[in-house]
Parts: sequence; structure tokens; C-alpha cells
Amino acid sequence: MTKELLAVLLTAILTQNFVLAKFLGICPFLGVSKKLNTAVGMSLAVIFVMVLATAVTYPINQLILVKNDLEYLQTIVFILVIAALVQLVEIFLKRYVKPLYNSLGIYLPLITTNCAVLGVVLLNVDNGYNFVTSLVNSFGGGVGFLVAMVMFAGVRERLESADIPKALQGLPITLIAAALTSVSFLGFSGLIDNIFR
Amino acid sequence: MNTILIPVVIVAAMGLVLGLGLAVASKVFAVPVDEKAEKIRACLPGANCGACGFSGCDGYAAALSEGKTDQTNLCGPGGKDAANGIAKVLGVEAGDVKQMVAVVLCQGNYSNVGLKLDYSGVKSCKMAAQLFGGPKQCTYGCLGFGDCVEHCPYGAIFLCDGVARVNPELCQSCKMCMNICPRGLIELYPVEEAHAGVFCKNRDKGAVTRKACKQGCIACTKCVRVCEAGAVTIENNVAHVDTKKCTGCGKCMEGCPTGAINTIMPKVLK
Repeated sequence: MTKELLAVLLTAILTQNFVLAKFLGICPFLGVSKKLNTAVGMSLAVIFVMVLATAVTYPINQLILVKNDLEYLQTIVFILVIAALVQLVEIFLKRYVKPLYNSLGIYLPLITTNCAVLGVVLLNVDNGYNFVTSLVNSFGGGVGFLVAMVMFAGVRERLESADIPKALQGLPITLIAAALTSVSFLGFSGLIDNIFR
Repeated sequence: MNTILIPVVIVAAMGLVLGLGLAVASKVFAVPVDEKAEKIRACLPGANCGACGFSGCDGYAAALSEGKTDQTNLCGPGGKDAANGIAKVLGVEAGDVKQMVAVVLCQGNYSNVGLKLDYSGVKSCKMAAQLFGGPKQCTYGCLGFGDCVEHCPYGAIFLCDGVARVNPELCQSCKMCMNICPRGLIELYPVEEAHAGVFCKNRDKGAVTRKACKQGCIACTKCVRVCEAGAVTIENNVAHVDTKKCTGCGKCMEGCPTGAINTIMPKVLK
């Protein structure tokens, strides 16, 4: 069981990285990765929301949707639930955990309908994971997002001081760098299968 | 019929429950808003430049309303209006606001300073400064790649023959340029008071400075002797004019053999 969970975790972080292999959550990946500390803040918020969203949507899916043969409503219901959930968390944090709100607060609304968050809950359902595996997969997905963000923030900071041809300045070179980072993650493919064979 | 009705009812019910939940939560967990801070915040310009030393306008407003600071005159961009507005909200006397303006203390343009290397790297002061102290002969002066120009939120800085210059009409004294300049050449001067300033930061000995720049301060002490108000001092081989003591007589400017001392502000301003 532990072996399976570890495999799921590492798969989510490395081989099936949400940003670099599944291309989900590209918007924050390009938008918030300019500085290392904002990248880390955003990623921590993503990890938090991913795990929380899975914990809430799993029972809703099992108890309401599957029971009534309404699996086709998953996408819209999950969007609804996650959006409300993030709002609730934001209100809660603002009241009781002010320091955490100050550091994560501005990122939380950005994540409300982030495709990576929605993607992780939908994929959990698609893969038929049970509750614990779903949580582990979500956590791994969040950590994978963190890894990608931190790596890419480093690349972006180097790009700032590089002499870039005029035609490529700004977004083009960022996309090229993102593509190369993504290619580098291909190196992990097959890793998990071979470790846990 | 049921195949349509059940999903509609379920989603609608969910939406209703979640909406009501959020509404209740926002009431129950509502954070009491500090009205004083809100009012103070309305007086501030919202530039979030950090010149006051707090984390943006909200931080300054919160600090004022909580009594962490009683200085109402810290906002550079807001100037007198902001200080008076804050003082009104707090019910205190407005602090004395000196309208400040950023000044680049260097005259090392290309006719005054020679180049010692042909720099073709990244067009950035920060980068160029790391390579043998920059392409110019003077290793204390303006590098002229315009890091400050890029960082000025008000477009007040421009490059003029290899030296950055600040347009005092546009400058909001937010200190962004002061923090970014790798040489620390930019300083704030009061608009209405300062009349003379040393446009040089070269701490080398006079002979070395003279070789590097035609208009550098060679620390000859003539300005110190000629100043009647005792406003000029020499420290680390470079003269400095105390704006509080300077009367604006202009004798140091006339006396300066290299022309390193110049007027900071023409009196016409504001």
C-alpha cells in the first residue's frame, strides 16, 4: 500500500508533473514565476487548495453524483464547490490566521478556478483512486507545481539579465524557456515504473 | 422527466447551500474594518512605492491608525496634500512636509569622462558595474545604462549624454531610483531650499579624480574656505553641502575649479 502511494506521489511530482507534462496551470506558471518568493507563495497556496479540494469533492462525488448516476455533472459541480471552498477558506484565514492570509491571500482568488486544481480532482475520479490515494495524488500534484514554479522562477531570474534578441524579448523567450524546462522533465519518464517494478 | 429534473435540482440545491454558506460565513467571520485606516488610505495616492518605509499605502495607513507611527509626513508622492489629509483624520498637526526631488549626483557625461573599455554586454548598470567597475574611467559615477530610467514609475528619469537626469516636475520622490542605482548616486533634495550641491561622489584622491573626470570633485577645500555659512564639508575626498545650512549665495559654485558644485534646484520651481 505504502509502495503504491509512494509511486502515485512521485508520479504526480515528476513524470506526470501537472505543469510540465500535463500543461495544466500554465497561467500562474507564466504569470507568477517572475520572482522566487511569489512563486513559492503561489505554489504553497496551490498545494493547500488542491488537497482541500480533493478532500471535499471526493465525498460529494461518491455520495451525491455517483449515487444518482450524474457523473457527467462532475466538471460543473466541482467548479462550483472549489470556487465556494476557496472563498470560504479566504474568509476564514482573514479572520483567524492573519499572517497566512497576508502571505497566501492574494494568490487564493487566483486559484479559485485554476485548471490545475480542477484537473487534479477530475483526474482523481478518472483514475478511480480511493480517498487516501486521491489525497496523496493531489498533494503530489501541488508539490510538482511547486517544483516547476521554483525551477522556472530561477530560469526567469537568469533571463532578466540575459541579452535577448529584440524579437524574442518578453513572452516569446519565456515560452521557449518553459518548453525547454518541460523537455527536461521528459527525462523522468519511465523512472517510476522502473523503481517500483 | 426525472433525468432532467434530478440534476437540475441537485445542482441548484448545491448552489443555494454553498451561496448561503458563504453569505453566513462572510457575516460570521467578518473582520472589523478599521475605519480610521480606511480614511487615511483614501488620503494616500495609492502608488504603493514604499517610500514611507511601510509595505505600501495600506501598510502605512494601518500603522498610522494603530499608532505605530505618528509621522504624517512620510508619503513622498502624496506630499503636502496627503500629510494634511492624514493630519485631519488623526486630528493632529500636520508634520512639516518638505517637497523632495531626486537628483543624480554625477556630471560624468561622455565629454567629461573617457571610456576605459568597449563594453558590449547586457545594457544594465548592475551588470556593467561588475566588469572592472564599468566602462567609464570613473568608477564612482553614473554608468549611463538607465536602470533607474526603467524603474522610475513616473517616467521622470532620462539619459542625457551617458548620465541619468531627473525631471523635477515629474519626480514624486518615491526613492525607487535610489534603491536601484548600483552607485548610490541619487539623493533626495528639498525643492524649495537647496541651492548648491556637489555633483560628484568620487572618493579617490584629487589627482586620480581629475584624470577620470573633468568635472569631478578633487577635494581642494576651496569651497569649504569660501562658504560663509559653514555648510560645506569634505569627507572621503569629496565635498558635501549641508542643505540645512546652505544659504544659496553661490560662492562655492563660483569658487569650484572643476565645476563639481552646481545648483540643485533652479529657484523657479513651484
